[in-house]
Amino acid sequence: MSFISYLINGISLGSVYAIIALGYTMVYGIAKMLNFAHGDVIMIGAYVVMTAIAGAGMPPLLAVLLAVIFCTVLGVVIESVAYRPLLNAASSLAVLITAIGVSYLLQNVALLIFGANTKSFSSVVPVPALALAGGALTISGETIVTIASCIVIMIGLTLFIKKSKAGQAMLAVSEDKGAAQLMGINVNGTIALTFAIGSALAAVAGVLLCSAYPSLTPYTGAMPGIKAFVAAVFGGIGSIPGALIGGILLGVIEIFGKAYISSQMADAIVFGVLIIVLIVKPTGILGKNIQEKV
Amino acid sequence: MKKMSKTTKDNMITYLMVILIFIVVQILTSTGNVSSLLQGLLVPLCAYIILAVSLNLTVGILGELSLGHAGFMCVGAFTSAFFSKCAMEAIPVTGLRYFIALLIGAAAAGACGILIGIPVLRLKGDYLAIVTLAFGEIIKNIVNVLFIGKDENGFHFSTKDSLSLGLEDGGKVIINGPQGITGTPKDSTFIIGVALILVTLFIVLNLMHSRSGRAIMAIRDNRIAAESVGINITKYKLMAFSISAALAGVAGVIYAHNLATLTAQPKNFGYNMSIMILVFVVLGGIGNMRGSIIAAIILTLLPELLRSLSDYRMLIYAVVLIVMMLFNWSPKAIEWREKFSAKFRRGKNKSAKEAA
Repeated sequence: MSFISYLINGISLGSVYAIIALGYTMVYGIAKMLNFAHGDVIMIGAYVVMTAIAGAGMPPLLAVLLAVIFCTVLGVVIESVAYRPLLNAASSLAVLITAIGVSYLLQNVALLIFGANTKSFSSVVPVPALALAGGALTISGETIVTIASCIVIMIGLTLFIKKSKAGQAMLAVSEDKGAAQLMGINVNGTIALTFAIGSALAAVAGVLLCSAYPSLTPYTGAMPGIKAFVAAVFGGIGSIPGALIGGILLGVIEIFGKAYISSQMADAIVFGVLIIVLIVKPTGILGKNIQEKV
Repeated sequence: MKKMSKTTKDNMITYLMVILIFIVVQILTSTGNVSSLLQGLLVPLCAYIILAVSLNLTVGILGELSLGHAGFMCVGAFTSAFFSKCAMEAIPVTGLRYFIALLIGAAAAGACGILIGIPVLRLKGDYLAIVTLAFGEIIKNIVNVLFIGKDENGFHFSTKDSLSLGLEDGGKVIINGPQGITGTPKDSTFIIGVALILVTLFIVLNLMHSRSGRAIMAIRDNRIAAESVGINITKYKLMAFSISAALAGVAGVIYAHNLATLTAQPKNFGYNMSIMILVFVVLGGIGNMRGSIIAAIILTLLPELLRSLSDYRMLIYAVVLIVMMLFNWSPKAIEWREKFSAKFRRGKNKSAKEAA
């Protein structure tokens, strides 16, 4: 029974990684940049929910909605102020470093407003725990909601990209920016939309993550952010089903590593598996292998 | 002096700059103008400069993004500190011990560079970046669960805790897991640090202008073209990567021998550190060694100079970083700067004509 419960915990953690990884992968697919500040948007989202519930006494659902709106706006502002001027810069490293600067900025703003102390985050999930197999296996409400939201988000996002005009525009921009512009697509607008969606997902992920692991500091987002980035690469960066597979695999490996091998070595195991996967399949599990032409 | 080529002259300027900074700092210290806080920062600063220059070899000359440079530094730091602690009685001469520690640290880090480089350098761009990041985190994680003790029966290893080492009476724990290594001799000084910066610069600048260096840069500019003229891609990539790693190991040795307690925390050996070094490189100019040195100095001193602003200093640091990047790299800012400098030059010419 403990195996199944570890597996479910792993899938739950993996779902959070998958939601964060979606933000990375979409932004990478379109803007070809690694948004290092993405993890910190998660943290900001969690703080917004915490403040809205504890400070303003909002109902949890409204607070989550507020966090989603706040992070969406934040994502668009960051993109237009810090990233857009550099998207055509001579070196692609420039925008990476700027993203790191934004990450420092968000962390320190949170540090100034909320302090360095760990805040306890009360779960916003109203679903009760589910007892299965005569009480031998309990699945917490957070786990159910996390996995359910991951599924809903995945289906919603896939439909959005396949069916809607804006989604098609995203695909076009990620294929060829110049050609997309010639077809009358607003490239800057599409990139901004991608950042908006990614940041909104980050807010959701922040709430889910902090409901399951209820402690919040200005650095909460950094490690899940890096791991979600690993998950995105794992599944093949730029691919949406890849983010799902990568995220869930990563979560399961992490929880199993913690449970069966060594709790301190869990991170090393996750990163070790990543290295092996990339050596065997250099573009990730679902990544497209593009042959170089001379 | 007449026969000196342009590159030699350029290199000389870099060396002279380091020596000049060293002399200025020495004068300031002896006249008591440097606070003790800044004095404590001098040796780590030397380590950061070496890290920045060595990472610039990977990023600027080889053209590959590495986010695991702190991992190589960690390897160098721990192997050398381990050696120094073991050899404290066997080799009482500080200079000799430090020299051997340097060789060991550089060799260990360089070996790790080769080990990681062989499979990983097949990857490109961001994939290489993420694997090096993963490598750095693994190294940090392993060091944190490693326990090594020594008694008359030899060395004992464990990955659980110091008790499970099963040491005899009189044996001592050398690497104590998360508590790291305590009591490393504090042999690093500012003078040694500056000397090692010069050695690093000498190695990197000479490599850049050698046959191998040109081959490495050819690979960076166009891999397929380089391969088709008969350059051994793997050999030269591996060469640049492992030299860069070995130099990071040297920085680790300096860093380790400046601390009473050496622990592997996210702050000093995690990806944050790797990213900080990358910031030095990109801000100073990719491929420009002199720029890396200047950026490392400014960005290390900036938080200390802003100390009076206490809580706001890292906030200002972040804003300064973003603004500097936008100003340095944004195509619009570059255009504006060129226009401005052209106007300035024209104005100067005009006034010169009027004077005539």
